[in-house]
Amino acid sequence: MGKTFAEKVLGKAAGGSVSAGQVVIVEPHFCMSHDNAAPIWGTFKKIGVDKVWKPDHLVFILDHAIPAPTDKHAENHMQIRAVVKEQGIRYFYDVTSKGGVCHQIMCEEGFALPGLIIVGSDSHTCTYGAFGAFSTGIGRSEMAATWATGQIWFRVPESMKITVTGKFSKGVSAKDLILKIAGDIKADGADYMSIEFHGPAIEEMSLAERMTLCNMGIEIGAKNAVCPPDQKVLDFIKPIAKTDQWEAMWADDDAVYAQELHYDLGDIEPCVAKPHTVDNYAPIGEVKGTPIHQAFLGSCTNARIEDLRLAADILKGKEVAVRTIVIPASWSVYRQALDEGLIEVFLDAGCVITNPGCGPCMGNHEGILAPGETCISTANRNFKGRMGNKESFIYLASPMTVAASALKGEISDPREVL
Amino acid sequence: MKITGKVWKYGDDVNTDVIFPGKYTYTVSDRNEMGKYALEDLDPEFTKNAQPGDIIVGGKNWGCGSSREQAVTCIKMRGIGAIIAKGFARIYYRNALNEGLPIVVSAEAVDAIEKGDEVTIDFDKSEIVTPKGTFKFPPYPDFVKGLIEDGGLIPHVKKSLGL
Repeated sequence: MGKTFAEKVLGKAAGGSVSAGQVVIVEPHFCMSHDNAAPIWGTFKKIGVDKVWKPDHLVFILDHAIPAPTDKHAENHMQIRAVVKEQGIRYFYDVTSKGGVCHQIMCEEGFALPGLIIVGSDSHTCTYGAFGAFSTGIGRSEMAATWATGQIWFRVPESMKITVTGKFSKGVSAKDLILKIAGDIKADGADYMSIEFHGPAIEEMSLAERMTLCNMGIEIGAKNAVCPPDQKVLDFIKPIAKTDQWEAMWADDDAVYAQELHYDLGDIEPCVAKPHTVDNYAPIGEVKGTPIHQAFLGSCTNARIEDLRLAADILKGKEVAVRTIVIPASWSVYRQALDEGLIEVFLDAGCVITNPGCGPCMGNHEGILAPGETCISTANRNFKGRMGNKESFIYLASPMTVAASALKGEISDPREVL
Repeated sequence: MKITGKVWKYGDDVNTDVIFPGKYTYTVSDRNEMGKYALEDLDPEFTKNAQPGDIIVGGKNWGCGSSREQAVTCIKMRGIGAIIAKGFARIYYRNALNEGLPIVVSAEAVDAIEKGDEVTIDFDKSEIVTPKGTFKFPPYPDFVKGLIEDGGLIPHVKKSLGL
């Protein structure tokens, strides 16, 4: 009987053959924390250990609220800088033009590597599966304990195999596929499971598209989500890998799955997740014409150069009808967008561009909504109050749908403006 | 161990943003203060009136969304005795065990319980006593029992390191 991806990676780390349902204790290759590194340090100190187990296994990336919007945030950042100094943390991305959204940096900077086990004190840590890593989000106490001991327990998850074939129609992208999957299997459809994306359409996808899919694995309850570490991944990671510990691993053909799904991209259409849940799927035709007050193109889900290109294609030479906030996922993406003339397209169209970071995604700053306002967003969550006000409304959509909607001031079908 | 309390009942997929809004994640850092904001965007009546010892009852996928541990801490610091749900989102489940907040899975009990009921959770017998009957729940898996007995992950790690 063959093994799934999760069984193989966790088995290798645990030093033996393992199957779904078993509990293993493993040493993670990287532990990522963002602005929450400071409270985690507070918990770490309560344990009574002086030094983290391996400083080079920790990665700190400031992104949740940068530059600090309040004195409390500033103090939090200050504590992190002190910890970096005291513990000799080499991988620290401060508020500089080398930084960006933590998950983007982990992938751009060669931490997200095939076969590695990576934990992050952020639920969207599952993004790194796009590069064949086993990566998952954990809480603060658990991160503090991992810093102290270098160990974490996992129940080897059951796996869900999602096979994707066909080609996207014009105006449709990976975000539409994952929103459709969320609508079909619901917010707990893959609870506790490892999602494996298979099929020729996945191999055709860019790494950016794969990141969008894996990023939203948590929105359907998954422990992790992963794509095959194919040549596209290897070509990307080899020159930048932060360690040589990686190994391209993939499921056996005869692995056993708890559930199998199949999607043909030809059946996917532009869509949204309506307020206030990610699984509240609606095809674009059902919500077209809904007035909006703000459009947000950003977040760890959809703010890579590929996403900005798709949006800029629609906005080029036109003007937005509502305030539109563009936040590239990292400064490297920002620079590339500058080089390609995309920033100019956004500025000419009337968009506001802010520094790379999480921005308004989780209600910290740079685009909080007023009561009664509606935002269309490329981010990953539309929970009540998510963007700072519980009487506002968030629709999740692809970069193309967000750009098309920004032009009209109402939710719009990107196929009509392409 | 037994916990008896009055029930606050909610539906499916209650997410961590409505339990502890993201805007507070870096502005409210004192554990005791977190309790004041518990469930603020879900149920203002709870935020105002919940009493120590009360019990929360939820549907499937309680605590989905963010990994923020404050979504557990705020409920614990509010004095809530336990959460009974049809199911918990994965990270929330781990965070609750790590924080030492008792959580129990029983779809049958959730269906039988109504808001305002007084229910008792008997952890030794693995059962929930409600006005509409008594329901069994699965005991914690063996590998997390030590964690719970030690009162959460941090005390458990301290003990295992001999500190």
